[in-house]
Amino acid sequence: MLDVKAGDEQSFALLLHRYRSPLINFLYRMVRNREQAEDLAQEVFIRVYRAREDYVPSAKFTTWLFRIATNLALNSVRDNRYQRMEISLDAPVTTDAEDGDEKTLDVAEKHPNIEQHLIEEARRKMIRQAIEKLPEKQRAAVLLHKYQELDYGEISKILECSESALKSLLFRAYETLRVELAPLVAQQGK
Amino acid sequence: MTGLKTGHYKGAAGKAAEEGGSEGKEDMSCGRMEKKIVGYVDGRLKEGERLEMEKHLSTCAVCQLRVNEFRAVNVLLEEVPMIEPSAAFDVRVWARVAAEPAKQSWWAWFAPSPRVAFAASMLVLAMMWLGSRPPEPSLNASEVETINQNMQVLENYDVISDFAPLSELPQPVQADEAGDTNQNQQM
Repeated sequence: MLDVKAGDEQSFALLLHRYRSPLINFLYRMVRNREQAEDLAQEVFIRVYRAREDYVPSAKFTTWLFRIATNLALNSVRDNRYQRMEISLDAPVTTDAEDGDEKTLDVAEKHPNIEQHLIEEARRKMIRQAIEKLPEKQRAAVLLHKYQELDYGEISKILECSESALKSLLFRAYETLRVELAPLVAQQGK
Repeated sequence: MTGLKTGHYKGAAGKAAEEGGSEGKEDMSCGRMEKKIVGYVDGRLKEGERLEMEKHLSTCAVCQLRVNEFRAVNVLLEEVPMIEPSAAFDVRVWARVAAEPAKQSWWAWFAPSPRVAFAASMLVLAMMWLGSRPPEPSLNASEVETINQNMQVLENYDVISDFAPLSELPQPVQADEAGDTNQNQQM
């Protein structure tokens, strides 16, 4: 980021390349719409670019980046601007579906063990829905903790809460997930 | 039940609590441990906290079961696939970066624009030209006296020009007409 601050566009390209995928995935799981997630990710990168002159390396870059992303995502979820465009993950399969459900079904038709394949699909869907059901802040905490592997200090800065509050937030989130996913958890235990 | 927020909990841990009858003193301990379960499962507890947790788990079947179930949840979350950014994503970001106005530093405020520089140089030239002109000659006493007399006439001009009786006088004869009249008389 310090190179970007010095006006090095190649370093910005490096940041873009390194963080676009985790950022888009985080935002996608927050807002549940791929198009909107990419729009928000663009906005995050533009804000980083605009703020390059004023950037002070007082915090880790990832903390700063995900703080911008989380604020944008929480605002977006709350103001429902994109609600009409929202594509439910329950909706019939579309070409834009998260992990190519349509394509997966085509493959499944040729798959020797179609039943197994469909079971796996149903599992993934159940897990996605359990994450989506979490309240926004709990969802953000789980996503940052599980998928971005940020430490508690970073996550608490991003979510603007104490570490103790974050631990309670995470406990409640995992507790809800445990209940929602009870059938799968039971299978996992066998 | 334990001190955990498990009002809705109907899993194996609940049954274990009922069977084990782990009430009373262990309630407090479980309640204190709940914030640490996630950290214990993902291996982020400090050494002291981890040892304390393991000591508690060795005597508490409920929390042990809870830890196992959180581990299962942790594994399940890994099954969610990642999405790939669309091919146009980078292009759109770079297009927006290119559209960003160039950021000027505070010192840039001092850098004159070409128009301002041109106007300033014209002003300097005009001042130099005015400064190089010879000074107007000073007036002597008689000239000042003449001007003062003329000033009185000028000051009365408005009164004279609006003086009604003057409008009844015949119009002054034009120079050309006066010339013609003289010629006719001579003829």
